[in-house]
Amino acid sequence: MQIEELRDAVRGVVEDPGLTYRQRVQRLAGLAEEALAPPPVSEACRMALEKRVICDMYEGNAPYRPRYVLPDYARALAQGSAHLELAPARTLDEALAHLLILYSQVPSITGYPVYLGDLDALLAPYLDGVGDDELYRRLRLFWISLDRMLPDAFVHTNLGPDDSRVGRTVLRLERELLQVVPNISLRVDPERTPDDYLLDAVRTVFACGKPHFVNHPMMVGDLGTAYAAVSCYNSLRVGGGSHTLVRLNLKETVLRHVGSTADFLDATLPHYVELTAELMESRIRYLVERAGFYDHSWLVHEGLVSLDRFSAMFGVYGLAEAVDLLTEREGGSARYGHDPVANELSYRIVERVAELVAARPMPYCEGNGGRAFLHSQSGIDSDVDVTAGTRIPVGTEPPLYDHLLAVAPHHRLFAAGVSDVLAFDDTAKNNPQAVVDVIRGAFASGMRDFTFNLDSNDFIRITGYLVRKSDLAALPEHGARHGSTFLGAGSVAQSHVDRRTPKRVISLESSPRPAG
Amino acid sequence: MDGPGNRFVVFLQGCGFDCLACHNPHTIPRATPRARSITVADLVEEIRPAAPFLSGVTVSGGEATLQAPFVRALFTALRADDDLSRLTTFVDTNGSAPRAVWDDLLPVTDGVMVDLKALDPQVHTYLTGHANDLVLESIPHLARARKLHEVRLLLVPGVNDSPEQLGRTAAWLLSVDPELRVKVIGFRAHGVRAAARGWAEPTPEQREDYRALLTAAGVRDLVVV
Repeated sequence: MQIEELRDAVRGVVEDPGLTYRQRVQRLAGLAEEALAPPPVSEACRMALEKRVICDMYEGNAPYRPRYVLPDYARALAQGSAHLELAPARTLDEALAHLLILYSQVPSITGYPVYLGDLDALLAPYLDGVGDDELYRRLRLFWISLDRMLPDAFVHTNLGPDDSRVGRTVLRLERELLQVVPNISLRVDPERTPDDYLLDAVRTVFACGKPHFVNHPMMVGDLGTAYAAVSCYNSLRVGGGSHTLVRLNLKETVLRHVGSTADFLDATLPHYVELTAELMESRIRYLVERAGFYDHSWLVHEGLVSLDRFSAMFGVYGLAEAVDLLTEREGGSARYGHDPVANELSYRIVERVAELVAARPMPYCEGNGGRAFLHSQSGIDSDVDVTAGTRIPVGTEPPLYDHLLAVAPHHRLFAAGVSDVLAFDDTAKNNPQAVVDVIRGAFASGMRDFTFNLDSNDFIRITGYLVRKSDLAALPEHGARHGSTFLGAGSVAQSHVDRRTPKRVISLESSPRPAG
Repeated sequence: MDGPGNRFVVFLQGCGFDCLACHNPHTIPRATPRARSITVADLVEEIRPAAPFLSGVTVSGGEATLQAPFVRALFTALRADDDLSRLTTFVDTNGSAPRAVWDDLLPVTDGVMVDLKALDPQVHTYLTGHANDLVLESIPHLARARKLHEVRLLLVPGVNDSPEQLGRTAAWLLSVDPELRVKVIGFRAHGVRAAARGWAEPTPEQREDYRALLTAAGVRDLVVV
């Protein structure tokens, strides 16, 4: 960036009436980082980045904190913190206060913590003698504090798989407070999570679009029991995290390919996978070796995270367009999500990426055996004409079963996260048990993570995070308290995520018969 | 509407009633180009891939009990299948089946949802073209067998929704089973034939009146849709 250009950009931020003080500070920090040269890469890699075939998610030119950090909060509460001068927490009040303090000191790519801990499990040791009313009152203040102090929709907590008083109280508060923060994932284990708890969660989705539902046994199989879904739906190891997320635009790789589908899988795709890996490696080395995050962070010194539980995320997106383009070139008309032959090609592409990523050593990624994790990346606000991750294009989604059966085979390959958003029409509200059936069926079909959206509430699920329609409407004139609302506005404008095809819960209905 | 949870609904062609308020009048005749014949075995294979997403299977119509041997064979096949036996089996009916039909179906049926178009025979005849004596026998019979999932009342303003009629209907239903689940469905003109197209749909206020009246009459398990 030229100095004059930088000055203009800085002045633009300083004088933007739509930004709060803190939003300006964060953007100014981003601009300062942009003034530096990025970590070194080959000319081919630089070109691919410039053309956005690969994308560094605009994380910044000098990574000085990991993208996603998942501190072991249970350990912090139990041992206290020398750095923060905190004794071990002994009561619910102390636990809640200590957590808020800890959150204020956890770095991330957005400036706000992407992981709040598994609050049901974290608070369980502090509930003796705390009645339901008292728990509700204290959690209510805590919940309001989270949304006001951490105004970012990527701030995320996990519940489940077991039923709990804290979990029930949280769901009730979510329905009452209708806050953007925190994002929530409910882990579901068919053997442990009771229908009644799922019903409570489904009713909460009707009110506010939360939580996500996570396939707990699948996650434990890939990541062990100490995992969490953070930010949008990024699944990583607790006590670790992800240094960076770099993504590959599969559509752009096909546009740069000449030849058969077989050649694409054998040559073009491996070429761009390697360029993506090269960019990741350079960014990781800068973070670890130059910025020295893991040498200086108090989180490391106090054992709340350790480098050997970190890895990095290799993201893909634009699969739908890649499949359709390859199919067209071979004279076919099959469409991803609608034709088995197109779906079959999509599985071959993703399996090939998975194979290549699993074969590519990555430094400082001991959290995944020295390799990057695969992640189905759901897009950012600037994406145009390219579909999130491995999803089916918005507005063309087929009926429920066809939709799930098309995308589910991808899910096992994305240990670090893949998700879908199912839009339901309002009749779902009359039959929450039907939605519970869909959740159980989706997991039995191999889905890892998904949620659903109802048009009748104030929330839109953008990629994995939420914005309120009322906040979007107020944005042009009044700005927004949540930084993520700015991103949401871009995605609604560019990707039309507000136009997902609604599904009736009662599907396979050949002839609707409301009554009589 | 078709029973608890997410369900695979099978609409069977043909109905003995001729309801003015019927939303699927094309399912009333015994034959129509829109219906297809299918064997029990083929239908089971259509249900199988959807099974992980289902609480159960509901047969509806038309009037499912007119094809009771098929329904019995279907439900028997589901119960005998290791992968499908957890699915519950429900019948959605107008109630106009003789006791022998129920006795044939109930051993393989988990629940029955019965429409009661009207308690008064003359109102029933006006609405459906047929008497309701079989319906009034079926409801207590199913309740005694502990297979009556719910009774639905399709209410048309000015036809079968007078407080006096509703009060007597509630009293009769509660005499059958004091815990009976009652679902009130407000008439909707969409899809009905010309004769009923001019009928009024109940307003939100009228729906609230139905709820208040039936609650006051002692109905504890009440749904108004």
